[in-house]
Amino acid sequence: MQSLTNRSKVVSDKKMTFMEKIYLPAIIKGMMITITHFFSKKTTISYPEETRPFSPVYRGMHVLKRDDIGRERCTACGLCAVACPAEAITMIAAERKAGEENLYREEKYASSYEINMLRCIFCGDCEEACPKEAIFLTNRIVEAGYQREPFIFTKNELVEPLDPAKRIDVSKRQTKAVLEFKKNGNLPHNK
Amino acid sequence: MSLYKVTIDTIEIEVEPGTTILNAARRIGGKVVPPTMCFYSKLKGSGGKCRSCLVKVAQSSEKDPRPMPKLVASCSTPVQDGMVVENITSPEVVEARKAIVEFLLINHPLDCPVCDQAGECDLQNLTYEHGLSSQRYEEERITFERIDIGEKIQLHMNRCILCYRCVYVADQITGKRVHGVLYRGDHAEISTYVSNVIENDFSGNIIDVCPVGALTDKTFRFKSRVWFTKPMNAHRNCSKCAGEVVLWESGEDILRVTGRKDQYGELEHFICNECRFEKKKTSDWIIEGPRKIKHSSVISQNNYEYINPAENNDGNLGIT
Repeated sequence: MQSLTNRSKVVSDKKMTFMEKIYLPAIIKGMMITITHFFSKKTTISYPEETRPFSPVYRGMHVLKRDDIGRERCTACGLCAVACPAEAITMIAAERKAGEENLYREEKYASSYEINMLRCIFCGDCEEACPKEAIFLTNRIVEAGYQREPFIFTKNELVEPLDPAKRIDVSKRQTKAVLEFKKNGNLPHNK
Repeated sequence: MSLYKVTIDTIEIEVEPGTTILNAARRIGGKVVPPTMCFYSKLKGSGGKCRSCLVKVAQSSEKDPRPMPKLVASCSTPVQDGMVVENITSPEVVEARKAIVEFLLINHPLDCPVCDQAGECDLQNLTYEHGLSSQRYEEERITFERIDIGEKIQLHMNRCILCYRCVYVADQITGKRVHGVLYRGDHAEISTYVSNVIENDFSGNIIDVCPVGALTDKTFRFKSRVWFTKPMNAHRNCSKCAGEVVLWESGEDILRVTGRKDQYGELEHFICNECRFEKKKTSDWIIEGPRKIKHSSVISQNNYEYINPAENNDGNLGIT
């Protein structure tokens, strides 16, 4: 029968030579390969003591940003949820009451904001869709777990801490054009 | 009476004398139809305010083949025999429309993430289809306080583009006028006398005719985004109106009730306030089935009805 490829080898049962019969050269050749690997650079690291450097645009766990004076930026417009290909995001909007101006930036805010991290595929479309610079993906990792329930992240996990020292820096994720745009204080977006 | 022959964007059509250019274009349909923000075929006297339907008349008529000196508002210009109109084929019109959008947006707060109209807003669609993504206006925008018109309707004067549609509804549908425009120019505002709140049975229709989010349903305020709700055709026996509505449902709840809008965003029937505001239970209605929404609308996001959406897309945004 004609072979389909030219790579097939014809098996022969010819007698081995003396050198082949003692096997020793072949063993030494194999051991040399093994020993060179002892001294080469290791490709593994001992996580979690060591971590690999992350790209500044790594897409890990989300953060809901606050603005400079600590007001939540999210206004529950729903664009992240409609952009989400995995339909992982749900939210409930509420109206800001008088006296809550220091908590929420706009007259509407998300009273509940949930991301199902088991559904999330970390595509970053929510970040892309957000008109308020509220949601960003960060280089934090969503930790593994045994239960399903804790993977539904609520505002407790997602909103960044109020303490300025513990804020999550996302400036490296923003393009030059965005950073330039933010400098213009006349725009209502930046007020 | 002989019919007039009109050519709109190289398509010929014969219409009755007295038809406006816009209505002639609507007879052709498709992309030839100029966008409208203020014209409403069911409201007498509407149109001519927003200028978004401007078209170029390249030949006035058979007898007088000179072009019209300026772009004309197609909603209020009647056709003449042998008229040649250019809409999307004229670069001048395309350019003018961009300017109109920019002009309409001068004092518009662009608070779409907060606005309840977002997703079914004519101004959003107009901007998306005909506008630019940037704006040159840097001055402070005029701001107004929110006003409650009755218990169920809220007026955000910030968002208003002064199309006067709601005023015509108040004039023509409700009979008794308690709602109008105060002041002039950029100080103009839609207003009402708070003491005589509009109590007419059909006053709720000003919500549906509003092309932007200036008049919104207070019972729906911040409840949900329109694209998270499921539109369902439904009807009931109503003594006051046709009772044919669209229910916007979320799960088992009816979040709001609106009239049915045709492909140009105009109501098929005006519905009464009882249907609109009081009947918020599924048991009040006989549900006919899901309402067809254009594939290009954000409301049909994640609805995979068509295998090949491009074949079923007529290129227009908005609700059918």
